[in-house]
Amino acid sequence: MPDLVVIITAKLNYWVYIVLMMVGLYAMIAKNNLVKKVVGMNILQTAIILFFISIGTKHNATIPIIQHAHGLETHAVQAVNYANPLPHVLMLTAIVVAVATLGVALALIIRLHRQYHTLEEDEILAQLEED
Amino acid sequence: MMWVIEMIVLIMVVITAIGAITVKDLLGAAILFGAYSFMLCLLWAIMGAVDVAFTEASVGAGISTVLFVAAVFRTSRRTRD
Repeated sequence: MPDLVVIITAKLNYWVYIVLMMVGLYAMIAKNNLVKKVVGMNILQTAIILFFISIGTKHNATIPIIQHAHGLETHAVQAVNYANPLPHVLMLTAIVVAVATLGVALALIIRLHRQYHTLEEDEILAQLEED
Repeated sequence: MMWVIEMIVLIMVVITAIGAITVKDLLGAAILFGAYSFMLCLLWAIMGAVDVAFTEASVGAGISTVLFVAAVFRTSRRTRD
């Protein structure tokens, strides 16, 4: 039993990443309301961002801004002292893409509500069957 | 000491994510999603990704919540699940 606790707490970020990803996927598939589906899609995207940021962290490392930058350029830069900034820049792009996707999805939802006067997927499908 | 804060924030992230998809009111879901984004912002500040943290605070917790609330006010708050 203590081994299991050690296994879970040592990589807690990755376990939480899997849980969040499954929560988002469940909301996208099983929820009937369109806004709930969009919330699930956003949770899925932020779970993937959490995975990438977890890759870049190191123990006892500081934020990726070089110390002794001004006047002390002869100092050697020890890369082990800084968190890896490459996943951070990639995920900055992912956040902006996520908010653009969210805007388009909500605009489509408003248009659907104007036409069908409901946000439930099964009611929209039933109205489509009638036509 | 830092790992205790990180663990608390991770548990809060999971709680707010599950709350955002289970609450029976779309405005409540939007507010809980804003809380979820802000918890992620705290998590990334703890993990040393400060640029991602303030982008998430402005774009994720700010603009996304405003877009959700605006969409809910233009449509309906009612939901069955």
